[in-house]
Amino acid sequence: MQYSEKVMDHFMNPRNVGEIADADGVGCVGNAKCGDIMQIFLKIENDIITDVKFKTFGCGAAIATSSMATELIKGKSIEEALTLTNKAVVEALDGLPPVKVHCSVLAEEAVKSAVADYYRKNGKEVDFDCEVSCDHCASCGRND
Amino acid sequence: MSEKRFVYADHAATTPVSQEVLEAMMPCFTEVWGNPSSQHSKGAEAKNLLEKARASVARSLACSPKEIFFTSCGSESDNWAIRGALKKANGRKHIITTKIEHHAVLHACASLEREGYRVTYLDVDGEGFVHPETLRAAIDDDTALVAVMMANNEIGTIQPIRELAEIAHEKGALMFTDAVQAVGSIPVYPEELGVDLLSLSGHKLHAPKGIGALYIRRGVSIGNLIDGGGQERRRRGGTENVAYAVGLARALEIAVERLPDMERVARLRDRLIDGLLEIPASRLNGSRMNRLPGNCNVGFECIEGESTLMLLDMAGICASTGSACSSDSLEPSHVLLSIGVPHEKAHGSIRFSLSHDNTEDDVNYILQTISPIVERLRAMSPIWDSQKNRAVDSANM
Repeated sequence: MQYSEKVMDHFMNPRNVGEIADADGVGCVGNAKCGDIMQIFLKIENDIITDVKFKTFGCGAAIATSSMATELIKGKSIEEALTLTNKAVVEALDGLPPVKVHCSVLAEEAVKSAVADYYRKNGKEVDFDCEVSCDHCASCGRND
Repeated sequence: MSEKRFVYADHAATTPVSQEVLEAMMPCFTEVWGNPSSQHSKGAEAKNLLEKARASVARSLACSPKEIFFTSCGSESDNWAIRGALKKANGRKHIITTKIEHHAVLHACASLEREGYRVTYLDVDGEGFVHPETLRAAIDDDTALVAVMMANNEIGTIQPIRELAEIAHEKGALMFTDAVQAVGSIPVYPEELGVDLLSLSGHKLHAPKGIGALYIRRGVSIGNLIDGGGQERRRRGGTENVAYAVGLARALEIAVERLPDMERVARLRDRLIDGLLEIPASRLNGSRMNRLPGNCNVGFECIEGESTLMLLDMAGICASTGSACSSDSLEPSHVLLSIGVPHEKAHGSIRFSLSHDNTEDDVNYILQTISPIVERLRAMSPIWDSQKNRAVDSANM
């Protein structure tokens, strides 16, 4: 698999790995059957993401996109975090092989799902779409 | 941490061309470059080398030179065997194969299905074995061909080909075995196996990529795959690749000579398997006993194969994975799924395939290197904590 230097850097030296015990919002997307799961933890003060951590089960691209997504939203407002697109993650990584673009989709959705969790915990209405529409392989939709 | 080494442990994918093979081939590029079909002396000397190569391959397989046909690769041999057999099947329209064949066989069968043939894909057991009774239950008077690989490329399981061939013949079907992974690793004698067709490939045994062969038992008639001139006794068109045929012949001679050394390779493999299984939440894929001497395939729970491979590669170790993420299809290995490994565990499987070139130090280096890699990825994995607790809980029960 040909990865850019940026992808290799974020895979070899992932930023913000770990958990936040008293996180204000936690998002988890993907499933083990598909081969990738991303979990994102947010610490939020006055609508600003003051800290973010991730844990990922997945390929090199999955780890690199999680790492990059956390970098892109750290210190940003919730509104800004919600505008993060998978395309922005891909661009920040200097591109991904086409077959790996779904990893960046998962990263975008992990961020949205963490914010949605924060909204729910604070009685706010979740007014954006954060459902994972994972259609990149035949595993999804297959039931055990 | 010891010094970084380079360890190639992916010999089931391909092998380097050996010096001896290269030396055997060189004169075919510089001096004996004629077309074996030409009438003049330049052609005759090439023809002579080609036929010597054929005789040598036949000796290595204990068969007749008339039963050996050179092809461009293992996949061509597989396609030729299957399609060719059906062309002369006297109206029989049924093929039996297994769920764990190489894609060259599976996809050839799938395209024949689209052309109206009936294909049965036999189940295998948890170690990858085809049970003769499953073949007996599937075979009927319409069965033209039974195609079962001799040894699996991913998990190394060696099939009871002789027994399966007997069942095929009882029903008047032909027996084909894809022996691409077996030849050079274990003794392979088509006559002893009782097969009608057998495919092999050069680059798995230190010959170059781009050469293969098909054994067609004397008296067995199959149709052509490539029509053309009168090459290969009118069975396979295309100017013969003399240099590569010579290379394949030499590589096979050396492989057969070195078969006794495979016991050493098997001991290395066993050490590697034992060492890898000491890592918590790991499992061996395939059979412990009846597997290729160089094959080791182990799954590590809660991590994914491609990221494991990337970190191994950084440390100088070449291996491969059954994970979806390393393929274009994003589906995990059909072999692992067929032996009952669940999707989520198939993603974390790593294959190391050893050869004569590997040493005790290589195995030690792999074992030293992989433990911290697995730990590192598990520390990052959101499913490892709960899995680990479950493993500890069940151990305490």
